[in-house]
Amino acid sequence: MFAYALRRLFSGALLLVVMSMVTFLLFYASSSTPERYACGQKCTAQQLEQTKAALGYDEPITTQWAKFAKGVVAGREFPDDEALREAAPELVTQCEAPCLGYSTGYGETVRDLISDRLPVSVSLALVAFALWIIIGVLLGVMAALFKGRVLDRGIVALSLIAFAFPTFFVGQIFLTYVSIRWGLVDTPRYSPIAEAGPWAWLTGLMLPAITLALVYMAGYIRITRAFVLETQTEDYIRTARAKGLPQRTVIGKHTLRAVLTPLVTLSGLDLAGLLGGAIITESIFNFNGVGKLSVTAIARFDLPLIVGIVLLVAAIVIAANIIVDMLYAVIDPRVRLG
Amino acid sequence: MSATTQSGPAPRQAGTSEPLLVVEDLKVHFPTSDGVVKAVDGLSYSVERGKTLGIVGESGSGKSVSSSAIMGLFHGSNAQLGGQIRVDGTDVLQLSEKEMRGLRGREVSMIFQDPLSALHPYYTVGAQIVEAYRVHHDVSKKVARKRAIEMLDRVGIPQPDQRVDSYPHQFSGGMRQRAMIAMGLVNDPSLLIADEPTTALDVTVQAQILDLLQDLQREFNSAVIIITHDLGVVAEMTDDTLVMYAGRGVEYGPTKEILTHPEMPYTWGLLSSVPDVVGDTSAKLIPIPGNPPSLLNAPSGCAFHPRCTHRDKVPGDLCTTTLPELVPGNRSMGHLKRCHLADPEAIYQTEILPEIAPDLVDEER
Repeated sequence: MFAYALRRLFSGALLLVVMSMVTFLLFYASSSTPERYACGQKCTAQQLEQTKAALGYDEPITTQWAKFAKGVVAGREFPDDEALREAAPELVTQCEAPCLGYSTGYGETVRDLISDRLPVSVSLALVAFALWIIIGVLLGVMAALFKGRVLDRGIVALSLIAFAFPTFFVGQIFLTYVSIRWGLVDTPRYSPIAEAGPWAWLTGLMLPAITLALVYMAGYIRITRAFVLETQTEDYIRTARAKGLPQRTVIGKHTLRAVLTPLVTLSGLDLAGLLGGAIITESIFNFNGVGKLSVTAIARFDLPLIVGIVLLVAAIVIAANIIVDMLYAVIDPRVRLG
Repeated sequence: MSATTQSGPAPRQAGTSEPLLVVEDLKVHFPTSDGVVKAVDGLSYSVERGKTLGIVGESGSGKSVSSSAIMGLFHGSNAQLGGQIRVDGTDVLQLSEKEMRGLRGREVSMIFQDPLSALHPYYTVGAQIVEAYRVHHDVSKKVARKRAIEMLDRVGIPQPDQRVDSYPHQFSGGMRQRAMIAMGLVNDPSLLIADEPTTALDVTVQAQILDLLQDLQREFNSAVIIITHDLGVVAEMTDDTLVMYAGRGVEYGPTKEILTHPEMPYTWGLLSSVPDVVGDTSAKLIPIPGNPPSLLNAPSGCAFHPRCTHRDKVPGDLCTTTLPELVPGNRSMGHLKRCHLADPEAIYQTEILPEIAPDLVDEER
């Protein structure tokens, strides 16, 4: 198990290296001129050249990448040009390892930018995750147990509705009606759990979390329902009934135990995808998370910021994959890691 | 319809006391959007304590469905059940799900075809046997575990005190079926239904499992139903045989009688389809032409008539219009057949036997 984890971690790190190269290459291949954004509107050709040099964009891509990689491992200083650093030492920014670069748009290191916003995205993702798992699985199991009856049809219809309405629409409706027009809840805002306490943290997050969870919940209802129905046709469920076990044991123990395995895999990966930011939900509710940050980064061609966010999301997804695979081996005795 | 489902007396019914299991005019119908599937339609048989009944027939003949009905596994499904299933005098079809649960696994237990899929992959073999025991016995986990080890030992699993903690996938196929049998017998059931217990196993392991079942039956004196399409298993294991076709019994009687003097063309077909390893190589394998009928829209008259090669020996269009009743044939009161042929024995001896077992005919001469 330990050797397996180590091997997976190693190959995951390798994958990240490759991904950083690819992201670099892609942006170089594109016709973007990040120095133009950094320099501003009234920028002379000379100033543009200076900015480019200051940012290090004048160097070959391999050198740029090597500096980036060194920064990740050992940290670095900005601006990149040594002459500039000596000319104005008061403007030098220290970027500790793992340094993901310096965002010219924000005038901050990518590391600081992300670490400021990550708690927002993570909080949002976790609360949404809890909501969709609990409600989605519960309703899915209920629908399966009452298959073909009114309750099942109702739940399936509900999931279809939740699935059909796009997040930006639902979020907008929630914000406009539930919060502003009817005043049922305060305007959603993120309050750090450490400062405001768990209650303010949770209530502030609730509306966006529901918005985010809704579409996932719909999917999980359908998936859980299908898994339960499929498992119920398994021979071992018939065996469990033939033993004389009460229905609640057959469902609650034998069926759910089998359904758990695919659900863990699926939910682990879904959660991982969200930890790196929920772009639409964060934008609607004006939450300063990684999702909103990435929108800005792309709009401003902020190359270091984009590379940083891409690598962060990739790292989360890779880590989630490893965790899910290892959990799989714990849940399913037939699975041998190796 | 009522006349067609009536059947003769069960063979070898002893005096006044009723056999342990009596199935009378059992019907299991599944309403579907395409119509009613009559999986079992008017089935009657009985099994006494210590005796073994073999139920044979092709896939989809209603063998397994009828035994699932005995287990009460259709409670809560949309199946429509009719007739009676009496276990020790109690009609299980009238029981509530809760009462049925008390019977299931304790009085009547079942062994399934493929032990790999019939055992839960996520629980140890021991845990599954312990669970089966504790549903019906109010004992501690420790006591139940001891019982599980004892049962695993009894069914011939080596080092049972260690294997009890293994998962099903860590067992070989034969071992798994032994474990399944241990689970089936952990509560001393008076009726054991084995649904194709050896079909998924290697031939060499099959014999071991059948031996084990026979031993255990003697020890526990339980009634056993073996569902199979292997006539070798029937010959080896059973006292009585019921041949099923399209949800009905088509021939029923003592196994020896059925195998040596079959009176129904479908049974002839089954016998003709069995290869004989030590027998004459000139013996032919004659498959039954065609496929089993759809139970949604069963053929009129005798359900076997579209595949029957002896239809021309029956006068008129009796075979296609009238369902023959399951009644005693010409040989004995205990040998029931559902066929219009007037003298099937003569046809069997002169037409079928020389084809499938020439050496047997020679011997008799």
